[in-house]
Amino acid sequence: MLRLDGINKIFGGLTALEDVSLSVTKGSITGIIGPNGAGKTTLFNIVTGLYTQTSGQVYLGEKNISLLAAEALASLGLVRTFQNIELFGQMTVLENVMVGLHTKSKSGIFSCAFKLPGQIREEKYIKEKALHWLEFTGLAELADQTAGSLPFGKGRLLEISRALAVEPQIILMDEPAAGLNSRETIELAGLIRRIKELGITVVLVEHDMELVMDICESIIVLNLGRKLAEGTPREIQENQAVIAAYLGES
Amino acid sequence: MTKEKRQILIFLFFAAAVLATPLFLKGSYFLNVLVFIGINTMLAVALNLLLGYAGQISLGHAAFFGLGAYISGILTTRFAIDPWQAMGLAGFCSAGLAFVIGFPILKLKGHYLAMATLGFGIIMYITFNETVGWTGGPSGLSGIPNLHIGSLIFDNDWNNYYLIWIFTLGVMLLSINLSQSRIGRALRAIHDSEVAARVMGVNARVLKVQIFTVSALLSAIAGSLYAHTMTFISPVAFGFNFSVELVTMVIIGGLGSIYGSFLGAAILTMLPELLRVFKDFDIVLYGLMLILITMYMPGGLISGLSMLAKFVASKIRGKQSNA
Repeated sequence: MLRLDGINKIFGGLTALEDVSLSVTKGSITGIIGPNGAGKTTLFNIVTGLYTQTSGQVYLGEKNISLLAAEALASLGLVRTFQNIELFGQMTVLENVMVGLHTKSKSGIFSCAFKLPGQIREEKYIKEKALHWLEFTGLAELADQTAGSLPFGKGRLLEISRALAVEPQIILMDEPAAGLNSRETIELAGLIRRIKELGITVVLVEHDMELVMDICESIIVLNLGRKLAEGTPREIQENQAVIAAYLGES
Repeated sequence: MTKEKRQILIFLFFAAAVLATPLFLKGSYFLNVLVFIGINTMLAVALNLLLGYAGQISLGHAAFFGLGAYISGILTTRFAIDPWQAMGLAGFCSAGLAFVIGFPILKLKGHYLAMATLGFGIIMYITFNETVGWTGGPSGLSGIPNLHIGSLIFDNDWNNYYLIWIFTLGVMLLSINLSQSRIGRALRAIHDSEVAARVMGVNARVLKVQIFTVSALLSAIAGSLYAHTMTFISPVAFGFNFSVELVTMVIIGGLGSIYGSFLGAAILTMLPELLRVFKDFDIVLYGLMLILITMYMPGGLISGLSMLAKFVASKIRGKQSNA
């Protein structure tokens, strides 16, 4: 589904990622873990087109997406959420999700300004779909609230709803459990499983080991910009190199 | 009543009020002020699409207003082209220029974008002043013909009022439609978080250029209307001061509100007239009022009005429940 081939990223003199290759199986939940500064978010930024890698290739299915910018990836079915929630704070909850349907609609400035019949139909479709995704994540009752006024946990859910509205093949979540309390984290685990049931591949960067070990089928460990290990949760838990990296032994 | 129906009603009510106003006015002075309010509303709405929705500043918008006015003026006076055709060409050329400069300029953000648009405005202002052979330079361009439809000539305040306001209402309606569409949402998304908008598939770079182009097109049409109703134009009206005034109208009225732009334009056009009774102190009061509005109504006059409406509504409800 998603394949990285020899990714290097150098910021000035600092090597953030060094020869990282990995592949994510279609329909799986894959976790990327590693100590702070391991390069997890940098990796996400490269895959999602926000950064350009110094060298290496990224493939989505058969397609080489190495040089595509962020805005081109949504229509190919790749979407992400952010570590520090990036909502459209002044817009309503419903409108946020409606923006997620941007690539599912195509009315231009002219037909929007003159409210041509095609645009009205499209608008109806966008709204129905957006409401559907809010129901999926359990936010439907908050549809008319301003996104900026949501509590943190709900904001997270909204970000996921908005990403789902893109109807992605693969969704990358950057620390989805950060800032959530234990009850919200359990709900999040349930939601991620339901997303998988829709046939969507999930990749998450996460520090909450309990969550990662619980829901991920395969785990990739990064340390100091390199891939340290990969395997099932059980294999990772028993991997000496991983234990050493986390406990700071050498 | 659905939100959509309510908005249609509000617009119809607003349009009816605008169209009926001249019937209750005596004398051409007020009518003349209202014509200016109409032109300024059109400009403020055009700038609001860029500033209030997409969140991109332009300190050079008076240049597009001027460009529209001068293209229309020059084509009609020197080449005897029909005023309506001149207006079309003015809009087309200004939009074309905006499109071309938009790609490099809109890569900039924040203060840098402000500086770039400021520079553009100043270059255009100097051009209006110095190309004397075409524009007449500082002494202006006169004898611009009025617009006409058959034998109906727009050469008096009454006719001009309806000409300008029909255009203004049209621009307002189209902008309201646009703001509530996928394009409007994408613009506001760029405003709130450009990176998240891009991840959702919004091509921020292209969309910003598109809205800049539309904004320039509407400003140029306002400029053309201005030239054909005033029949005389000079560079003073299209300088840096006016660019700042337009930004002030949008902010005072309310960023991202089309009716707010009308309020902002109305206040900033009328205030200098109303404050004239204070003679030398007018500029002080003018500044003071702007400061107070921005301090106590950060959402602009339109948010102040809606707060007031809610306050009154809650008072009325309170009385009813007491009785």
